Amino acid sequence: MVLRLAGVGYAYAGTAKPVLNDIDLEVEPGRVVAVVGPNEAGKSTLCLVAAGLAPASIGGRLTGSVLLGGAETATLKPFEAAQRCGILFQNPATQLSGTTATVWEEIAFGPRNLGLPLDDVVGRVESAMAALGIAALADRDPTRLSGGQAQLVALAAVVALGPSVLVLDEPTSQLDPAGTRFVGDALARLATEAGTAILLVEHKTALVARIANEAVLLVGGRIERRGPARDLLADPTIEKHGVEPPPSVRIERAAAAAGQSDRLRGIDLAALESAPLEATALAGELS
Amino acid sequence: MTADPVIDVQGVSFTYPRGPRALDGIDLTVRRGERLAIVGQNGSGKSTLVRLFNGLLRPGEGRVAINGSDVGDRHVADLAREVGLLFQNPDRQIFAGSVRAEVSFGPQNLGLRGEALAAVVEQALVTVGLEGEAATNPYDLGYSRRKLLALASILAMDTPIVVLDEPTTGQDARGIARVQSIVTSLGNAGRTVVAISHDMRFVAESFERVVVMRGGRTALDGSPADVFAEPAWATLASTFLEPPLPARVGARLRLGSTPTDASLVAALAGEDR
Repeated sequence: MVLRLAGVGYAYAGTAKPVLNDIDLEVEPGRVVAVVGPNEAGKSTLCLVAAGLAPASIGGRLTGSVLLGGAETATLKPFEAAQRCGILFQNPATQLSGTTATVWEEIAFGPRNLGLPLDDVVGRVESAMAALGIAALADRDPTRLSGGQAQLVALAAVVALGPSVLVLDEPTSQLDPAGTRFVGDALARLATEAGTAILLVEHKTALVARIANEAVLLVGGRIERRGPARDLLADPTIEKHGVEPPPSVRIERAAAAAGQSDRLRGIDLAALESAPLEATALAGELS
Repeated sequence: MTADPVIDVQGVSFTYPRGPRALDGIDLTVRRGERLAIVGQNGSGKSTLVRLFNGLLRPGEGRVAINGSDVGDRHVADLAREVGLLFQNPDRQIFAGSVRAEVSFGPQNLGLRGEALAAVVEQALVTVGLEGEAATNPYDLGYSRRKLLALASILAMDTPIVVLDEPTTGQDARGIARVQSIVTSLGNAGRTVVAISHDMRFVAESFERVVVMRGGRTALDGSPADVFAEPAWATLASTFLEPPLPARVGARLRLGSTPTDASLVAALAGEDR
């Protein structure tokens, strides 16, 4: 299913000034499109609009068209939009249902509400937990999780719905580096293996460089620039807009500024950044 | 010359009701003016540990002392004069109808009024860059600025100890730079800063000491150069952490421990001479 935004503008209810203007964006099945940009650029608003929650659930004024699998979100009922497109909010605490006693039930909450047969619900819950590496949390109380664990559970709950389109607002913001890498791998697999179309808002540009096919720079509610993710992130102008280049780009520039680029020749910084820690370094695992 | 211990944790364990054992006999001493980062896997007990500092949680076993006095004997309101704690989730902290009212609440409760109060609030808002939003409803701010607002509320309390739970989450490059400069200036002013973070660049650049937690205890404790050096990588990996990229590049080139861009570039240049 394709997510397509054409000439989209949006203003929150009770405000005159649109926070999004002239947004043209397309996410095809199996592709990851990342949105980067400074604080208050409109990234979270773009997520709400793309998932059909704004204006359907929160009001406001939409111009242009948002198409989920060819259907205007404006014409879809909320549950129809929810079946097509899953959204992960920036703050996992606002995502969890607050009605379940265990993590397992929390992840099952969505599939159950879809009215799926029990076997199917169980299968979806187990595979979502396995994909995100949280099987060990199954019996835990969802209100007693750490910030990062709650974020993984919220993401698993969305993945378990099996949507064709995923809209993710900083899915790794509270995760440790290995958790971030793990979620990145899981998202890449969802795209390549399940053909999910993923719109990803993310400040961690190393993650964007690793898994996104395309990236757009959102500034002041407009798309300022777009291109293949690695190219966009290596563009020196993104820093002016408050976007941190990936560490590999930063180090290359710092070395060049000090006249030391030669010393880095022979090291593929981007590959090193994408790779997990060298296996040899881990041979002496202590615990 | 060693400064006084301002946070002293001895043999502390903590288990949540119906939950896991979050802390397992941890010892930690933080001295006045130290800038300490706490890192570790999600669920390793970091947030639980810092909630003991201001009395929000009480140790199941062991002892926590702030400025020499046991927290077991003290009220949260009393500890709030000594320890400011920024929550990971700003929405657990924000409640007022305007940015100014939100930041005023803490210092008002400390007894500040009139011009003295206004000055403290204005200063805190300028520090986080929200001086233009004093009349705004906090919920009209995006997540990243609500987080800066929560930080301003803590700064306005002017506590000698400032504890920040993931202060850079959701911030863009400018927001992170702002938080970094706040941490540095707090340290320069002799205040003690403890921060939890998953942002290894922030940790390596802004803190002089790093504690790595694993399973409710300390797995590593040292300078950024120590904990991000190659011999420590196996331990880091066991708690789901990775050294920042400059440390990996430095190790590859056998330049020693280079946890920051600056230390890497200096080491590269040093080899020329």
